[in-house]
Amino acid sequence: MASDTMTHEHDTTHTTGQDQGSWKGGSEPFKASYGKLMMWYFLLSDAFTFSGFLIAYGALRFSMPSWPVPDFVFSTFPGGFHHKPLLFVTVMTFILLASSYTMVRAVQEGHRENKRGVVVWMIWTILGGAIFLGCQAWEWNTLIAGEHMTIKVNPFGTHTESGKYLEGDGREIKEGDVFTAGTSYLIHKNDGEWAPLKYNVTEGAAAGTVKEQAFGPKAFGALFFFITGFHGFHVFSGVAFLLIICVNAATGLYTRRRNGYEMVEKIGLYWHFVDLVWVFVFLLFYLL
Amino acid sequence: MSSLSFEESKSIANKTIIILGLITIFEVLFALLGKGYLIEGFHIAHVITGGVMIILSLVKAYLIVYEFMHMKYEVPGLVRTVLFPTALLIWAIIAFTYEGSYWGTSRVNVKNKIEVPIK
Repeated sequence: MASDTMTHEHDTTHTTGQDQGSWKGGSEPFKASYGKLMMWYFLLSDAFTFSGFLIAYGALRFSMPSWPVPDFVFSTFPGGFHHKPLLFVTVMTFILLASSYTMVRAVQEGHRENKRGVVVWMIWTILGGAIFLGCQAWEWNTLIAGEHMTIKVNPFGTHTESGKYLEGDGREIKEGDVFTAGTSYLIHKNDGEWAPLKYNVTEGAAAGTVKEQAFGPKAFGALFFFITGFHGFHVFSGVAFLLIICVNAATGLYTRRRNGYEMVEKIGLYWHFVDLVWVFVFLLFYLL
Repeated sequence: MSSLSFEESKSIANKTIIILGLITIFEVLFALLGKGYLIEGFHIAHVITGGVMIILSLVKAYLIVYEFMHMKYEVPGLVRTVLFPTALLIWAIIAFTYEGSYWGTSRVNVKNKIEVPIK
């Protein structure tokens, strides 16, 4: 019934030629529909939210004498691989980029009113988003369950002086191993207890003294989990909206509305924004 | 909306995604090269690698916003209402990173530091 009325209304507006849909104030501002314009301004405000987070990250990072080195922290890969710096997160970036591309294709198919094309390309986009979420879940699981990083404790530290280990951790570090300033380390847990290793300082004013591995900057865990979590939440809600709009497109709702698959365009804007934010999360957390 | 034909916009999308992919690969390789993972003992100053990657990320952002989000084909007024407020962030970034390094340099002057034990 509702769709019938809609079609009817649309037909009358076409005959009068002046009235476009519900907009009654003359020509549309910026030649964009209300929904698209509001999506742009929502994304603008969302960009400010993300910027707030990322600027907080930058300020805290600048205030610390050392910061966990990303290619040491993010160097695991599914299947038990270690020492593969940045490989996994590059794969994640490519998945998100690819899903952005399939979204562009869905919008283009919408412009030429090709229902089948819209649905197929949107399904690819949903798949990409879901795989990205899966990858993020794996990454979080590695950090939380495997490396015991929490929002309060950051076991990724960096040496600020040269030294020689007095004990080994039974994994990578052996007794007598030497290291220089700037070397990264991960403090392990033994039987649920933190086990920072002792070492002899071999350089500088404190040479000869025995020290213990210190924990890394405390804010790192909270910043990482909150920022990537907030982004992941955007991906998750994006996937949910994509699903709804994909089903709507498949049932022919947008064909009946005759507005050129505008909903697909709007969710497309949102989805590209999620990709855009990831460009900067990728830059600040993983590349720099 | 753009006046491009379906074929034209398809080829633009194809080009854009290839450029985005190449930039990403280059960024990762450059980051690893700069930190000495690819060639033993070869390093590039962090200022240079960082600067290059910030510029490349901005190029990626431009491509996503202008081509994928069709900002290039919107009227100038819409572009301005979105980009001008965003430009305010440039100052926010400068101000807060400057403030952050001030926190760092003044931390040594803090008296009666509170040590929080890690449980």
